[in-house]
Amino acid sequence: MEKAIKKYWPVFLLPTLAAFFIGFIFPFLWGIYLSFHKFTTVSKTAFVGLSNYAKVFADPTFVDAFWFTAAFTVVSTILINVIAFVLALALTRGVKGTNIYRTVFFLPNLIGGIVLGYIWQILLNGILTNLGLPLLALDARYGFWGLIILMCWQQIGYMMVIYISGLQNVPGDLLEAASIDGATSMQTLFKVKIPMVMPSVTICTFLTLTNSFKLFDQNLSLTGGEPAKASQMLALNIYDTVFDRAGAVWKGVGQAKAVVFFLLVVAIALIQLFFTRRKEVQQ
Amino acid sequence: MMKTAKKTYHDGAVSGTKRVVDVLLSVLLALLSVAWMYPVLLILLNSLKLETAISTTSVFELPLGDKFVGLDNYIHGVTKMNFLSSFAYSAVITITSVLLILLCCSMCGWYITRVNSAISKAMYLLCVFSMVVPFQMVMFTLSKTADTLRLNTPFNICIVYLGFGAGLAVFMFTGFMKSVPVAIEEAAMIDGCNPVQIFFKVVFPILKPTMITTAILETMWVWNDYLLPTLVLDIKHYRTIPMAIQYFRGSYGRVEMGPMMACIMITVIPIIIMYLACQKYIIDGVIAGAVKG
Repeated sequence: MEKAIKKYWPVFLLPTLAAFFIGFIFPFLWGIYLSFHKFTTVSKTAFVGLSNYAKVFADPTFVDAFWFTAAFTVVSTILINVIAFVLALALTRGVKGTNIYRTVFFLPNLIGGIVLGYIWQILLNGILTNLGLPLLALDARYGFWGLIILMCWQQIGYMMVIYISGLQNVPGDLLEAASIDGATSMQTLFKVKIPMVMPSVTICTFLTLTNSFKLFDQNLSLTGGEPAKASQMLALNIYDTVFDRAGAVWKGVGQAKAVVFFLLVVAIALIQLFFTRRKEVQQ
Repeated sequence: MMKTAKKTYHDGAVSGTKRVVDVLLSVLLALLSVAWMYPVLLILLNSLKLETAISTTSVFELPLGDKFVGLDNYIHGVTKMNFLSSFAYSAVITITSVLLILLCCSMCGWYITRVNSAISKAMYLLCVFSMVVPFQMVMFTLSKTADTLRLNTPFNICIVYLGFGAGLAVFMFTGFMKSVPVAIEEAAMIDGCNPVQIFFKVVFPILKPTMITTAILETMWVWNDYLLPTLVLDIKHYRTIPMAIQYFRGSYGRVEMGPMMACIMITVIPIIIMYLACQKYIIDGVIAGAVKG
């Protein structure tokens, strides 16, 4: 059977493989190649060794964007997961209307990042003006918290749904055993439920970490990096460097930034998986 | 599942205090739900206002009296921005891309699980790897590649989407195929089916649940995607919905807030309707996708 299928590889494997090559493998390798070159058009490139990478770390906008992104990622990951978990606990108690609440909380997730950004820009600028404070685009601190609020609104529902499914899969006899042993509801939560939903925690922290770190659309539409690139996150900074910054050097530097960004994402993903996987219990 | 959870909670808790907590919780959740919907409601109200009545200070005022202009902003936004064509382009791109991804990646996923070769293993690892790679890593080179290969129209950009979206889809399909016993397929082979027939007559129907999950995840991605179409498509000729909304901001000196909010509503309303209609599939799909990912 295996041999028979193998002969048909042009039918089954080739279309995906070809598209995968065009859409991923080739651009990826070419991107790495270009990060060591100076160029304005891709037909005229000059090898410059590691100098692009040196420029990346010497560029203050990149370093600022890194710290902005790091702070944003930490705060949003913690907030989203804690609130989503609390909501999931509230919605697994069997309160009336649970399904309606779940529907409502999940909804923002389906709206695209650009649209979300503009919705919140209108709302937050309205609130700030009425309080007599500067607009989002004028103060990076408000931009930061605006992004956090937006991200929470978008992601909490998604993570909540995953936590609900995790909580519902905690075996009933375990909870029963805990209550017979006289465990308080707090003890049940921390000693039974949380350890049992660790796989969900792994997934949700992984998703929120990578989503926050890679955030682009929402950043572009909510603040656009204003004021003076102070609310730029890494992805927007790279886009800005590659496409909007004048001068022959910057395209190569932008591509080098992208490689650094990629390595950071991989590192975060691996570290996070290593730590949370250890905390999971065997079911 | 819901029922068992409910039962144990009732058994465990003291019912008097539980009832009080539940009532408080219901009130809190109801308030929170209203707050959750408020941003969308605010845009809806403002989209009905007269252009000159919209400002950051008056954004919370209701569209009453002579400020109310009905659907004027909608008509203006749709005609001026050619929003309907954006809608059509978005629809074409999403439908072709998702169908192509489902077809090609299910075939690929089946091949990878049933044929145990170095290529299969390499392909699988590459797919997992591609899910981690941020789009910024390939955005510049991908847009050049797509231009060279003339993949820059809404009708063939689906090949680019197949390439960049293959990772998740192949991963989902192989994950599911691993749990499907090979015996049925072997029986079909003995009955004289060739691999193509086996795939379409036997395997394809089995894959249906995973198809739905993958379709939902990929649709959510493609429909809302902004950066890939912006870089690949020629913005003068083709604009998807996210591109059109962003273009509102980028192109004029002064942004016309009314039509812009109207266009936001035109974007959001179909999503809400779709969501309410197939809510169960969407939420189940998200859970299934997350558990595999």
